[in-house]
Amino acid sequence: MATPLTPVITAHWDVPDLFTLDGYRRTGGYRALPKALAMDPDAIIGTVKDTGLRGRGGAGFPTGLKWSFVPQGDGKPHYLVVNADESEPGACKDVPIMMANPHALIEGVIISSYAIRANHAFIYIRGEVPQAIRRVAAAVREAEQAGYIGTNILGSGFDLRVTVHSGAGAYICGEETALLDSLEGFRGQPRLKPPFPAVAGLYSVPTVVNNVETITNIPWIINNGVEWFRLFGTEKSPGFKVFAVSGHVVRPGIYEAPLGITMRELLEYAGGVREGGRVKFWIPGGSSVPMLNEDHLDTPLTYEAMAEAGTMLGTGTPMVFDDTISVVKSVTRWLEFYKHESCGKCTPCREGTYWITGMLERFEQGHGADADLDLLNEVCGHIMGRSFCALGDAAATPYPAAVQLFRDEFVSATRTPVDETFPPAAGYVFSAVGAR
Amino acid sequence: MTIAEQSAAVQPADVVTVTVDGIDVRVPKGMLIIRVAELMGIEIPRFCDHPLLDPVAACRMCLIEIEGNPKPQPACAIAVADGMVVRTQRTSEMAEQAQEGVMEFLLLNHPLDCPICDKGGECPLQNQAMSSGRGTSRFEGHKRTFEKPINMSAQILLDRERCVSCARCTRFAEQIAGDPMLELLERGAQQQVGIGPDAPFDSYFSGNTIQICPVGALTSSLYRFRARPFDLVSTPTTCEHCASGCSLRTDVRRGVVTRRLAWDDPEVNEEWNCDKGRFAFQYLDRGRVETPLVREAGALRVASWPEALDIAARGLAAARGRTAVLTGGRLTREDAYAYAKFARVALGTDDIDFRTRVSSDEESRFLASQVAGTPMGPTYADLDRAPVVLLVGLEPEDESPIIFLRLRRAARKNAVPVAVMSPVLTRGTEKMDARWIPCRAGGEAAALAGLAQSDPGLLAQLSTPGAVILVGERLAGVPGALSRAAALAASTGARLAWVPRRAGERGALDSGALAGLLPGGRPIGDPAARAEVAAVWRVSPDALPAAPGRQAPQVIDTVLADAERAQRDEPREYDALVVAGLELADDPRADDLRRALEDVPFLVAFATHHSEVTEHADVVLPVAVVSEKAGSFTDWEGRSKPFSAAIRGAQSVTDGRALAMLADALDVPMGTGEVAALRAELDALGRWGGPRTPAPDEPATPPAGGTALATWRLLLDRGRLQEDEPHLAATARPTEAVMSQETATALGLSGRATVVLTGDRGSVEVPLAIGEVAEGTVWAPMYSEGCDLQGIGLHHGAGVRVTGGAA
Repeated sequence: MATPLTPVITAHWDVPDLFTLDGYRRTGGYRALPKALAMDPDAIIGTVKDTGLRGRGGAGFPTGLKWSFVPQGDGKPHYLVVNADESEPGACKDVPIMMANPHALIEGVIISSYAIRANHAFIYIRGEVPQAIRRVAAAVREAEQAGYIGTNILGSGFDLRVTVHSGAGAYICGEETALLDSLEGFRGQPRLKPPFPAVAGLYSVPTVVNNVETITNIPWIINNGVEWFRLFGTEKSPGFKVFAVSGHVVRPGIYEAPLGITMRELLEYAGGVREGGRVKFWIPGGSSVPMLNEDHLDTPLTYEAMAEAGTMLGTGTPMVFDDTISVVKSVTRWLEFYKHESCGKCTPCREGTYWITGMLERFEQGHGADADLDLLNEVCGHIMGRSFCALGDAAATPYPAAVQLFRDEFVSATRTPVDETFPPAAGYVFSAVGAR
Repeated sequence: MTIAEQSAAVQPADVVTVTVDGIDVRVPKGMLIIRVAELMGIEIPRFCDHPLLDPVAACRMCLIEIEGNPKPQPACAIAVADGMVVRTQRTSEMAEQAQEGVMEFLLLNHPLDCPICDKGGECPLQNQAMSSGRGTSRFEGHKRTFEKPINMSAQILLDRERCVSCARCTRFAEQIAGDPMLELLERGAQQQVGIGPDAPFDSYFSGNTIQICPVGALTSSLYRFRARPFDLVSTPTTCEHCASGCSLRTDVRRGVVTRRLAWDDPEVNEEWNCDKGRFAFQYLDRGRVETPLVREAGALRVASWPEALDIAARGLAAARGRTAVLTGGRLTREDAYAYAKFARVALGTDDIDFRTRVSSDEESRFLASQVAGTPMGPTYADLDRAPVVLLVGLEPEDESPIIFLRLRRAARKNAVPVAVMSPVLTRGTEKMDARWIPCRAGGEAAALAGLAQSDPGLLAQLSTPGAVILVGERLAGVPGALSRAAALAASTGARLAWVPRRAGERGALDSGALAGLLPGGRPIGDPAARAEVAAVWRVSPDALPAAPGRQAPQVIDTVLADAERAQRDEPREYDALVVAGLELADDPRADDLRRALEDVPFLVAFATHHSEVTEHADVVLPVAVVSEKAGSFTDWEGRSKPFSAAIRGAQSVTDGRALAMLADALDVPMGTGEVAALRAELDALGRWGGPRTPAPDEPATPPAGGTALATWRLLLDRGRLQEDEPHLAATARPTEAVMSQETATALGLSGRATVVLTGDRGSVEVPLAIGEVAEGTVWAPMYSEGCDLQGIGLHHGAGVRVTGGAA
């Protein structure tokens, strides 16, 4: 029996004015807030811990545990920072959430801030999506006017300011410590850890950095409780997930389902691979996680099962590629992205992406060297686990998985330009599949 | 220091046991792995790591294996924990491979232009590529290139393609110097060090970035392409510029000083120095006096040493008892001592002074009671942990830059409160996170006297054991200020240190080159003191002058009065002057001093360089510059910093040796005058243990009305030792007059681009800037381009007429 879709966060996305305060309230919004404000903050942390909610930004760190690292009673201000710098190639879930239902995020922000005793929250939104920035900023203003943000919120004595901040176009600022640097007005580069942000984050005080989707989960958790939340998903991956399916599928889009749904099921909801195509390879959650092929279409989309399959759930935004696509070209584009976005701080990422990209571009042009097939693997090995932050690891991820699954294609690219083997027009999602 | 000894010094609870490459060591908790390995003699390769900079873990060269951790970890950023098992590249394949991988990455975009690179031969990248890299590169792509070089400042050049992005330079600029004008720009392989538009890296400490650059990316205009490291002969030396006492390394190429570097002295300058100490040395071999000169028919001509000595001896013999000696502030301790002895023994006079700058009898008494011949301290280390440090009349960034660096670090790392009593809130004060105690220029004495009322909090801090008060040169020109400082120290128990501006001043004071003081701080009026000195000098105590002689200002007055006496056919007080290391522009009464040098019947000048002084001399005896001789400087702490000659086999003679020859010609035996002999005598004399003269107790006079001038000499100015250094001079601070908006408005200067400062002897027009300056005070640099304030009769605390210049 197929896993059903379970719209929770996305439940009312068909309400045209859901993004307004009225629309959100009509659909049950801002009911968790008074309930939360009546709770002891530690009880909220305990609840979130008990749900087993894991970060939806990619790493899957348990949210409640992260919150519990914030030292309480330390006499310092605390901050909540929402990471809305969604920039991962293939990831498109946070921006839709902010566009469709910004108030759910804000309600989550208020409750989360209350839980960690933060009186100032920041929402750091990717600068390339001004629509989302405007929408969230407008929602914050509405919430302020309604008394959900400000001093003595709903008579609870709790004060909160919410600042919406625009990024400036650097992928690295999605890394939480680089984001904090950027938020402080510095050039975004990752910071040395420890200290971790929970101890010394924004302006060197305890800070929680959470993904948009993670925080958006909170109002529903408060409203419905731990047991309800755990009805979804698996023991180690409880809850529901906003899956954004893209690529060569008939109906790309957002599908909210319990964790543990399989790619085959998601593909069915998305109308399957476009006509005439079959899945050549897919990535579960952004270009930073290793690709899989058809063999793993029935692997549950959970943190643990994906890890067992040698990849990661990542952002939970699967991209599907059919057999019109050159894996060499895909990997080259991704590496060009990482090379362009490498912040330059550490040697392996800065120089490694430069080197790998150069080699891959030669493959793409049909001039790849046989020796480079293994050298690329070795160079990726010199980046993996040795770079300063996860961006380097991410850059070292696509090639080894690709060459393991599709070595022949790379061998072919030592002689034949990939555009001859895979005419680009055939791969365009918007072209008739029969173009090949 | 062994590891065992270090462990013994700390509490057992703070000691952890770690295993590095199979060897158990006990080290202090919190130590970084890379430091532990260093102590054990295990060298982990590194680029971004620097012991005096915060860890950044960016280069990834120092990756090592920590048991239990699947990924290699940066040794430079991880503190040891009890029971930690560390394997470096010596015992871990993971570490070795990781380092080899990082090295291959580093060389990817590096041009490998070692044969034409200044760093080649002393390059950490070159060395570590040999020790930790592969023999060949597997990279076959195109290296990224940049236009080269580009200027970070007039002095600092950057070849971007050589840079490995270790961020040492940018971290130095931000963390150590507090001049964050260098920053990493762009990203990925395009990441590069850069400056902002129209914001050059004009830091007083910029040269340090070249020295800590682990590749040849940063070079200086001065040294670029001038030498190969293996052509240089290096000597540890001491900086001759200020009283900070920096250890330097002087590099000589074929007999010419080609480069100077900061040398590691953890007690003093650590591994840093200022740009003056690093770059100002062209003077060493420009405009030198190369042979003795004697005056004949009104003009100087070359003479042999015997002839010149003979003429000098005859002139001085005729003037015995009627001669004064002015030595300037730049002599080594040994040379200053030689003058001190020569004056008393050979010339029979106590009229000697090392101060050709603003000075006073009050200062003289202050130095005699508080400073001369006292043991070392307070020291740099005392600044690190002091409960408070109060600076009065001292701008350390300009006048003693290493004090500035220490105080900045003490404030930032140890939260040491620094308070600066000054008419001006300078950037240096801000960079030390210091509290500014504004006081009108010349009002320092009154402000100190009133501190109990105005700032009881500071008084309480000063009463905490370990508190330090630092007083600077310009207080000599503020009547009562040094008295009040001494009184404040006495009443609070704070330790007091006098920070002179020149390297030779403390040594000259300690060795007796000041009227009234024999070596070791002995009062000349004390028979026991005279007896001690006479015994070492092997003369009769009765042969030494028994009363304090004249100080520099009185010497000048006396010579000028002599001219009038001579016109009246009365006998002169002085028939001769002996001068050494003298600069007319240093003296607040430069015109008077010039006239005195003209008027005195017989002038003997010991000189390294031709100058206005040598033009007036009857005999000029050429002496060695600092690079040609051994000696020592005593820094502001009282620490002796001996050095040997950087240029070996130089033909020039030291002042001490020349004085000994002159004494021989006078038939007054003074020994050989060799540095070792002079040092032995100084050691034999030691410190005075008898009663010291009491501290001066001059009242604090309230500052005069009108507009007061605040001034001091900037680090980089028109000083003689900075000649022929255009690149260095281009990084100097601009000449400008600074005053508060209120003062500018009150003086009707709002909207003026320039102002005219007028003193007794003229005026200068300088650009006007608005800043945080005490009310009724205007600040301007004392001796900068287009602004010689002493030359127009102005000094710190003086009244100044300020009028509008250009609109």
